[in-house]
Amino acid sequence: MFDKKEIEELRKKKEEWEKNCYNKHIQKHPESKDKFENLSCTEIKSLYTPTDIAKFDYIKDIGFPGDYPFLRGVHATLYRGRLWTMRQFAGFGSAEETNLRYKYLLEHGETGLSVAFDYPTLYGYDTDHPMSRGEFGKCGVAVSSLKDMEILFSGISVDKITTSMTINGPASIVWAMYIANAENRGINKESIGGTIQNDILKEYIAQKSYIFPPEPSMRLIVDTFEYGFKYVPKWNTISISGYHIREAGSTAIQEIAFTLGDGIEYVKAAVDRGLEIDKFAPRLSFFFNAHNDFFEEIAKYRAARRIWARELKKLGAKKKRSLLMRFHTQTAGCSLTSQQPEINIARVTMQALSAVLGGTQSLHTNSMDEALALPSEKAARIALRTQQIIAEESGVTNTVDPLGGSYYIEWLTDKMEEETYKYFDRVEKLGGVIPAIEKGFFQREIAEASYRYQREIDSKKRIVVGVNEYTIDEDISIPILKMDEKGEERQINRLKNLRKNRNNTKVERNLERLSKAASGDENLMPYILECVHSYATLGETCQILRDVFGEYEEPALY
Amino acid sequence: MDKKIRVLVAKPGLDGHDRGAKVVARALRDAGMEVIYTGLHQTADMIVETAIQEDVDVIGLSLLSGAHMTLFIDVAKLLKKNDINDVLVVGGGIIPEQDIPKLKKAGIAGVFGPGTHCDEIVDFIKKNVKR
Amino acid sequence: MNELISGVLRGDPRSVARLITYVENQSEKTSEFMKQIHSHTGKAQIIGITGVMGSGKSTLICELTRKYREQGKSVGIIAIDPTSPFSGGALLGDRVRMMELAMDKDVFIRSMGTRGVLGGLTSAVYDVVEILDASKKDIIIIETVGVGQAEVDVVKIADTTIVVLVPGLGDSIQTIKAGVMEIADIFVVNKADNPKVEQTIAEIQSLVDISCFDKERKIPIVKTIAKQGDGIGEMIGEIEKHRKYLDETKTFEMQRRLRYEAELVEIIKKQLMSMIFDEETLKKKIDTLLNKIYSKEIDPYTASEEILGKILK
Repeated sequence: MFDKKEIEELRKKKEEWEKNCYNKHIQKHPESKDKFENLSCTEIKSLYTPTDIAKFDYIKDIGFPGDYPFLRGVHATLYRGRLWTMRQFAGFGSAEETNLRYKYLLEHGETGLSVAFDYPTLYGYDTDHPMSRGEFGKCGVAVSSLKDMEILFSGISVDKITTSMTINGPASIVWAMYIANAENRGINKESIGGTIQNDILKEYIAQKSYIFPPEPSMRLIVDTFEYGFKYVPKWNTISISGYHIREAGSTAIQEIAFTLGDGIEYVKAAVDRGLEIDKFAPRLSFFFNAHNDFFEEIAKYRAARRIWARELKKLGAKKKRSLLMRFHTQTAGCSLTSQQPEINIARVTMQALSAVLGGTQSLHTNSMDEALALPSEKAARIALRTQQIIAEESGVTNTVDPLGGSYYIEWLTDKMEEETYKYFDRVEKLGGVIPAIEKGFFQREIAEASYRYQREIDSKKRIVVGVNEYTIDEDISIPILKMDEKGEERQINRLKNLRKNRNNTKVERNLERLSKAASGDENLMPYILECVHSYATLGETCQILRDVFGEYEEPALY
Repeated sequence: MDKKIRVLVAKPGLDGHDRGAKVVARALRDAGMEVIYTGLHQTADMIVETAIQEDVDVIGLSLLSGAHMTLFIDVAKLLKKNDINDVLVVGGGIIPEQDIPKLKKAGIAGVFGPGTHCDEIVDFIKKNVKR
Repeated sequence: MNELISGVLRGDPRSVARLITYVENQSEKTSEFMKQIHSHTGKAQIIGITGVMGSGKSTLICELTRKYREQGKSVGIIAIDPTSPFSGGALLGDRVRMMELAMDKDVFIRSMGTRGVLGGLTSAVYDVVEILDASKKDIIIIETVGVGQAEVDVVKIADTTIVVLVPGLGDSIQTIKAGVMEIADIFVVNKADNPKVEQTIAEIQSLVDISCFDKERKIPIVKTIAKQGDGIGEMIGEIEKHRKYLDETKTFEMQRRLRYEAELVEIIKKQLMSMIFDEETLKKKIDTLLNKIYSKEIDPYTASEEILGKILK
């Protein structure tokens, strides 16, 4: 990118500056630390210049947005054409309550829906299952059947808005409920759009809401890829996630290394089954965290885009749309403090800004009270307004990839890519992603990184405002979300009535057919849809699959 | 005498967020304690039975899903029912301030939310362990 | 005192657990209790299982226990993990894979740290084996991590020692420390669904052929897929065969005597150390001696003679 002679000149001049200006200065005013490190333990210099990115070729390495390697963005115009989707993750209690929250958020300007399910739903249990005790509606909405899905989206035009659903173990079943609900309302499944998270590998690694062992889980996922591109072409059948890996305590480099590694594993699994890569790859999407180190996060998204495009090309993808790493971002939940909760607004703003400058397609901003409880209405509204201020008032959307060309950002992007490939090598040496999971490789890396981070906070090597510095004596008195206490009872009654009033012969027959198909290798989506249409519950359908596939148990390593 | 403090770190219910439990387990190990980790998805029965066989001095319950009022109190009640009075029970996770008095009344001696310094937990255990 | 012992003999888990704690903490009551236990021991079969991390030991033990339970036998499991030499603490995580067994009244699982014995087994393990034996457990399984001295030590305690290997774990045979391969009475190759399994078995077989060249008994190799429960029956079969072999060749008695010898040595060591380092006046004397050793007034051997002279009087 730079003339060789000019770079040499510059290097000499820089040395002079270091001798005459920089060193002289730090003798009188020493720097506050011996070493400046970011959250991935990458050492950061005091200054970056063209000498740090001298070897880059603009066309090959950086390029233009919308063109390979997509470093600067997946689309040519990015936000000048259309803003990122403002998609706030929400869900609590029963479907009725959450339906109202969705309407509230839509009224206040969000442009996409995102469903949080409660723990029993995430594990494929109905509300009245013994394992559901005490958990109904506490961290998301309870959906035990198609009936609940109908109530959840009542009065919402699912043909006009896209919905993202954070569901993994039972993703195929919950997706089937969404499709069935649309069909029952006369909406063709070819026209509905949205995302299911459906990323089981990161469940084993980080989020832990797995049900079945790896092999049958991968089979179900490839089933959804296939069904998706054939019958629900606007749907993103997976959201390959790094958010949870980061929340579990990984560094930014580990976040993209482990996530992209998972992504490659999914592509290989689908290709192994004989699916054409250019048919399903355009519908693979991603989900990343927006954490505290502002510039590292921006560099992270850029590096990830370039790595993904390159790897997909290697795997044989030919269409441009197959190479695009489209992603949703959520600001870091683990960075929120329960102390002085209002200041979380400042944190979320910076994190959201880094995601926007990193070119995210869709964004969720956390509410200030989420280290205490699920967000209240007011807190959720402020979170949404934060995005709207960035979009309308900051001017950052006027140009694409505004930080492109920054010596620091380009150097850091490259460095993160280099470190990511080192992780790819290590995982390969362990035999691949799934063997590495069995050996506890990712889990140990994450546990060690999170412990190191905690020690840094305990020793004040790293400052968290309001927690280990700038603390106050406080009585935290912000309004906390109150849920309907009768919700659980209502849900259990609804289930009772559902089981009584549906055609139970039909349900039994459909479950039987699913069981048979699960033991073979047909695509299970049509069978699951039939179960769901006949109002078999989530728990009943999941149990069939548990019986055939078995349940996953974590390795005894921690 | 080579007495070590034995701590059971348990995750009751369906909550899968184990980052905190694992960090606390390491901190306790570094403070010289023996830490038995149960893994995920434990019922109160399993936790109490493990506490008996491992003859622990402390049970640490970790929960971020909001179900603490049911599940923590289940464990406390079961310990009482089994006549186990010499075990210190502490909890952590996402627990709103207003729930803490009820938990303390039920027998959860200390509640450590987000931002707690690891040393605080270590000191509390060393000071309040019953044997 | 009697209540605790009668509880142990009854198999009451709280009594068993409490006595194990006393023994681990080397409390003063330990010898009094243990004296009452010994005559009630001798019926249990003791199996040592060792292998590197990731070999699936815990799952294997879980499946083994399940099969033994089907046969109506009660099981005690001792899961040993290394204690940190720096902090003295330990992360004891083997139970994670065995949690479903926790609710079975005839299974008792105890996690132990090595507690400062340089990489080896804590001397308390002998006592814990006796306690579980006295509490009427038919089978006692000792699980060790397999990273050094500990798994060689387990041979002294167990009637049958099983070494667990997995195919494809690096160059598995070469990475196993010397000495571990020699202690095996049975080899188990777990995760046998791995395509490299035949290669691993061939490697072990050639080692076995060499070392068992002139011996009566050839060490068997059992293939298992623990997570599916495959090969567990054969494993138990080989354990039974080994027990029969020990009985027929009278090796069983010899092994047990060796175990009691090792145990006696450990107890003597413990009691000597306690006599020396737990006693106040002697502690002061040792402090003085240490100062003299540092200033080269006296050497450590002479110092030792002085100390021993004091206690042997």
